Amino acid sequence: MQEYFIIIIGAVLINNIVLAQFLGICPFLGVSKKLSAAIGMGAAVTFVLVLAGLFTWLVQTFVLNPFNIGYLQTIAFILIIGALVQFVEMVIKKYSPGLYKALGIYLPLITTNCAVLGVAILNIQKDFDLGKTIVHSVSHALGFTLALILMAGIRERLESEDIPKCMQGVPIALVVASLMSTAFLGFSGLI
Amino acid sequence: MSLLNEFTKGIIKENPLFRLVLGTCPALAITTSVDNGLGMGAAFTAVLLGSNIVISAMRKIIPDSIRIPVYIVIIAAFVTMIDLLMHAFSPDLYKALGIFIPLIVVNCIIIGRAEAFANRNSVVPSIFDALGMGVGFTLALVLMCTFREVLGAGTFLGVRLFPETKAAIMMILPPGGFVTFGCILGFLNKLQAKNA
Repeated sequence: MQEYFIIIIGAVLINNIVLAQFLGICPFLGVSKKLSAAIGMGAAVTFVLVLAGLFTWLVQTFVLNPFNIGYLQTIAFILIIGALVQFVEMVIKKYSPGLYKALGIYLPLITTNCAVLGVAILNIQKDFDLGKTIVHSVSHALGFTLALILMAGIRERLESEDIPKCMQGVPIALVVASLMSTAFLGFSGLI
Repeated sequence: MSLLNEFTKGIIKENPLFRLVLGTCPALAITTSVDNGLGMGAAFTAVLLGSNIVISAMRKIIPDSIRIPVYIVIIAAFVTMIDLLMHAFSPDLYKALGIFIPLIVVNCIIIGRAEAFANRNSVVPSIFDALGMGVGFTLALVLMCTFREVLGAGTFLGVRLFPETKAAIMMILPPGGFVTFGCILGFLNKLQAKNA
């Protein structure tokens, strides 16, 4: 039990995927202007990241390892993620048009979200079993959503602030991310 | 002349990192020392060169409707090669770059160049495009590395410039990456506004 707790705290707060490991920066900067969009993106990434974590672990354990073809990891994983995103998109489109409309534009972007591939590779590198892989993926996804929502909240307020013209948009967002990242460094004493 | 243009546009006018703001993840993560920056830049350039050559050579054979998956497989193949080569020939660098070598697969610059350039041009211009973009990305990485290594560790390419106790360690921690990138982008915007 304690092990799982350490994985959760570690992934959400200490090694936050965006603020400490720099994965998934593109959506973090691109989709954090509006709070509603940030929540949608967070949900979509959570969904895909957990499924991808599960499937890549299964493929690594039951296909790549037994046949000793570990060097195909990168190709296999990116194909799994691409196919998964396509599949999820079709399923959601058929069974929940409302959700599809809400997530629609974010889903294709997730294939090239390095957070998904990154977490899938981290799961394998850390030698997790199936249970830990799922907990690790869920907590990293929650950490991503947390960072995205916090950022969106701050950026909505920045809209009405008087920022020097050259710093508007992405530059100021990066400076804000730096301050957030400093704050998250404080969590490193937790474990 | 036009080939020279293809080469130079990637370095300044369309610099992938500073002007198009693509490929930000490795740029923030591995720019803690100039060595890492050069290594990442070289790996990235090699992959981009390979994928641009193959994709431009095969652009008439690849069916339009499945071109993106085909690009991804081609890019992933080159990334795997670079990954294995680096593991064999420079294990230290391999360790320092870690997870960001396989993640070159999802670097938006490479798939972006495949879609925007290699898909529409023949092999020779694509080579120059890849070299230009690669050099542009490498120079941008090295610039960020220089700021972070000098301020954060007090060294440049491992040579000590001032004592470690005077260095602001924050600059090589994650916050330093964000703030360096933000300030460089802001400064470039200012420069552009002045010239316009």
